[in-house]
Amino acid sequence: MSDVTPHLVRHLANLARIELDESEVVRFTEQLGLILDSVAKISSAIDENTPSTSHPIPLTNVFREDIIEPSLSQEQALSGAPDQGQGRFRVAAILDEE
Amino acid sequence: MSELIRKNASELVEMLAKGEVSSVEITQAHIDQISKVGDAVHSFLHLTTENALAVAKEVDRRRASGESLPALAGVPIAVKDNLTTTDAPTTAGSKILEGWIAPYDATVVTRLRQEMMPILGKTNLDEFAMGSSTEFSAYGPSKNPWDLTRIPGGSGGGSSSVVSSFQSPLAIGSDTGGSIRFPGAVTGTVGIKPTYGAVSRYGLIALASSLDQIGPVARSVLDAALLQDVIGGYDPRDSTSLKDSLGSMVEAAKSGSLKGKKVGVIKQLSGAGFQQGVQNRFAEALKLITDAGAEIVEVDCPSFEYAIDAYYLILPAEASSNLAKFDSVRFGMRVTPEGNPTIERVMAATREAGFGPEVKRRIILGTYALSAGSFDKFYGAALKVRTLIQRDFDAAFANADVLVSPTAPTTAFKFGEKVADPLAMYLNDIATIPANLAGIPGISVPIGLADEDQLPVGIQFLAPAHKDAALYEVGAALEGILEGIWGKRMMDFAPKLEGN
Amino acid sequence: MAKANLMDYDKALELYEVVIGLEVHIELNTKTKMFCGCKNDFGDEPNTNVCPICIGLPGSLPVVNRKAVESSISIGLALGCSIAPTGGFSRKNYFYPDLAKNYQTSQFRDPIAFDGQLDVEVPSGNKFTVLIERAHMEEDAGKLTHIGGATGRIQGAEYSLVDYNRAGVPLVEIVTKPVFGAGAEAPELAAAYVRSIREIVKALGVSDARMERGNVRCDANVSIRPHGQDKLGTRTETKNVNSLRSIERAVRYEIQRQAAILSAGGTITQETRHWHEDKGSTSSGRPKSDADDYRYFPEPDLVPVEPSTELIEKLRALLPENPADRRKRLAAEWGFAEMEFRDVVNAGLMDFIEEAVAAGAKPQAARKWYSGEIARIANSEDKDVSEMNITPAQVAEIATLVESGKINDRIAREVLSAVLAGEGSPTEIVSSRNLEVVSDDGALIAAIDEALAKQPDVLEKIREGKVQAAGAVIGAVMQAMKGQADAARVRELVLERANQ
Repeated sequence: MSDVTPHLVRHLANLARIELDESEVVRFTEQLGLILDSVAKISSAIDENTPSTSHPIPLTNVFREDIIEPSLSQEQALSGAPDQGQGRFRVAAILDEE
Repeated sequence: MSELIRKNASELVEMLAKGEVSSVEITQAHIDQISKVGDAVHSFLHLTTENALAVAKEVDRRRASGESLPALAGVPIAVKDNLTTTDAPTTAGSKILEGWIAPYDATVVTRLRQEMMPILGKTNLDEFAMGSSTEFSAYGPSKNPWDLTRIPGGSGGGSSSVVSSFQSPLAIGSDTGGSIRFPGAVTGTVGIKPTYGAVSRYGLIALASSLDQIGPVARSVLDAALLQDVIGGYDPRDSTSLKDSLGSMVEAAKSGSLKGKKVGVIKQLSGAGFQQGVQNRFAEALKLITDAGAEIVEVDCPSFEYAIDAYYLILPAEASSNLAKFDSVRFGMRVTPEGNPTIERVMAATREAGFGPEVKRRIILGTYALSAGSFDKFYGAALKVRTLIQRDFDAAFANADVLVSPTAPTTAFKFGEKVADPLAMYLNDIATIPANLAGIPGISVPIGLADEDQLPVGIQFLAPAHKDAALYEVGAALEGILEGIWGKRMMDFAPKLEGN
Repeated sequence: MAKANLMDYDKALELYEVVIGLEVHIELNTKTKMFCGCKNDFGDEPNTNVCPICIGLPGSLPVVNRKAVESSISIGLALGCSIAPTGGFSRKNYFYPDLAKNYQTSQFRDPIAFDGQLDVEVPSGNKFTVLIERAHMEEDAGKLTHIGGATGRIQGAEYSLVDYNRAGVPLVEIVTKPVFGAGAEAPELAAAYVRSIREIVKALGVSDARMERGNVRCDANVSIRPHGQDKLGTRTETKNVNSLRSIERAVRYEIQRQAAILSAGGTITQETRHWHEDKGSTSSGRPKSDADDYRYFPEPDLVPVEPSTELIEKLRALLPENPADRRKRLAAEWGFAEMEFRDVVNAGLMDFIEEAVAAGAKPQAARKWYSGEIARIANSEDKDVSEMNITPAQVAEIATLVESGKINDRIAREVLSAVLAGEGSPTEIVSSRNLEVVSDDGALIAAIDEALAKQPDVLEKIREGKVQAAGAVIGAVMQAMKGQADAARVRELVLERANQ
């Protein structure tokens, strides 16, 4: 059985910056548990020597030359912004420092 | 119904070349069909028919003045709404992006514009392409033209329904775990997921970057080939784009043949447990393939048992990160809670209100799969399973030129049937997911109707990476054989849609 | 904020062993950003050097800057590191408004360079070997401006504004292994290490290396433990200490603060601390918490970097002389006294003197100008010598003018001020202000004879052999010449005329 708890779901939602409501916490706790129970069997298919594949087609050394390309105008850059000021994106105050 | 809209793209190309029809006439015919059936099928999220007509007019002008034109110039197309366009909103089916207009075109869209193809509009999808039915679109589902009470497949149900309801001869889709092929199978159309990197992802709103691939949606294999030749090819803006040419898909489709081919039936996907009608059509198709001179062999891919599990870890993990940029700062929706909230709360409230349930579910799942305590057991393990699946394919392709399976376990299901059960929904992708995990190309070609519900069934061919041409070759061959037997095209079996 | 208790520094060193670790971020001076073609210049109008990639618009994809990779390898080689045969990028996931995608693309898990070392000399002349753990590439974040509230700081601000010009600027982070055994000189070692890194990247030409502009930023980890204890103490990480002097002060402060806590029976909290230049103290930032789950995973949009042996050897061959060798060589070439040379090194004047010497100045003259007048003026204006508006070639020009007797020291200082004020080159200033010394003996003799005639008593004394009396006449002559005479030559001539 899965060890997914509402506490865990709230913690994950916080990491993912989603303010879940309580009914979602309950629903996701159950569904996440079921999904994780179902997918957990993959660990039986592999061992520590199995290599990982992060990219389906192996490529290496793909570069761009260090040549300046046109940027967006400030107006274009800010065109989709919910709020702006002084040529910048405006956001509410920040709680804590990184 | 105008005869023009029932023509395949390849036929329209010929008619245009011969001067039998203008691009404006073709485009207008499709716009008329959109006004007739658009509301019922709900394929489009945004229409750009004015711009389409302007392009059509320009194509006609150039043709009249004897200028040379690209192959598909003047043939209309629809684009899935997870590709950025500067002349229409791009929402990816999500509320969080409602009304957002990108300041740049996706590479694929740029190529369509260079080809001078009139773009009719942007097609519906499950939110951020997460789903198999379009029921997770924030703007309501698209309908299956074969039966409006059924799903058109997903996530690209907008593109599959637009083509199968003759609102456009061609469409662009994106396939992360089957989002082109599954909708193709359930709407009787052709859908291709090219080799990973064959079509640039620049401008595709990423779901899972290592799985996503853009591809053609069409009503014939040749039409799909025409489109892949336009949208494919190296793009320096996508680091995973393939530098070497994969050759001409059109030539492959035209030379379509099964003779002498070794066709591998995947033991794990040979139809056991699938809907009976699906199994029957698949068995018949195998017989036709043999009759056409191919040799059927069975291949064993034992790791496929874990494919869906690995997929539902890798996809949410990558998606949880890809979707982090939707934070209300630079674009899209912003929800400001009561009081004097900090940016952290604004972000969390926006994402709560802007994302639908499936998106949130997968973000939470992906966040868990990547988090420190569970990385090795889940995401890390899934990347290893991916290696095993690639090895299975390598071994299979050592014994076969192409592999086959039914594209999906069932025909189109009814709205609401699986929406509350994520695990049941995820099983639709069982046959299509392995190709995404391995980066190899796959095609779904219609092979008739299931006996029990008279709904379309698709067969899937898979080829080794970079061998997309092989899919067009065998796909076109089988399509030709079936149309010979039927004496008509697959879509001619479809019931007529009532217009408004 | 209550002022922290500090233990007397010497007493702290008596009781505790100090272990430091340094993380230095170098901003590369590539023309474009790390993953897009936007100009790498964040001093411009806000949000003008940005594109869909560096502001993280949906659909955009990164592509690695080749020059940034080469610069990183050069830094690694210069630090004696091994270069990784394969180094991928990862995503570090966390939400912050200056981080456009809400993940930072970094080589954190797969550094391009690792296991190096750097020999560092502190002002006392003691030498230490600092082991380098790794050097890896990553991208910078945008810039936040906090508006409202009293201080312009983050606390109490009403809202914040984000400029993404700096987002995506390439950084190389150089991380040391824990540094043991520096004892009381740990603060000096920290500063000397950062200075060495700065010299190296400047010599490599890969960074402008200006600390005041944030091209070089340092995070200092400090822990202490009772002498003889094996287990390392809990460390704090003081962020963004951005001048050499502050690094030294911050490390010293942390040693004294931690010692006071431990000796009073308290425990050190593992946390980020902020250095306040004005108060000369650090304050508590954010404690480490389980929210620091960065969910690193391989960046699917980028492919691994696998530098070829040829590339590595090519870059190795282009490495400039290492700073320690260079110092040894210059000390020998210039012939300064040991203390003189050390002062030059500690004041960061070596590059300037070397360039001035290359432009024709005598080493002692160049040293005198830089560590004398120029340093004095810079200091009085609270500037770094590098910010002074004079080139080493101009300093050499002044030194040569003095050497050749065209101007004297006093006039040279006037010329220097004029150069700093932007009036032109030293030669131009001498000529436009008519400052050249009177070297025409005829004019001098006339002035001397006049002065001697006015002061017969002095003439008498000189003739009696009281040579020091000549001073009065020399002064009068210099005054008559408005200072533009070579005082030594005047003296010679005075004695000659008096004794005729």
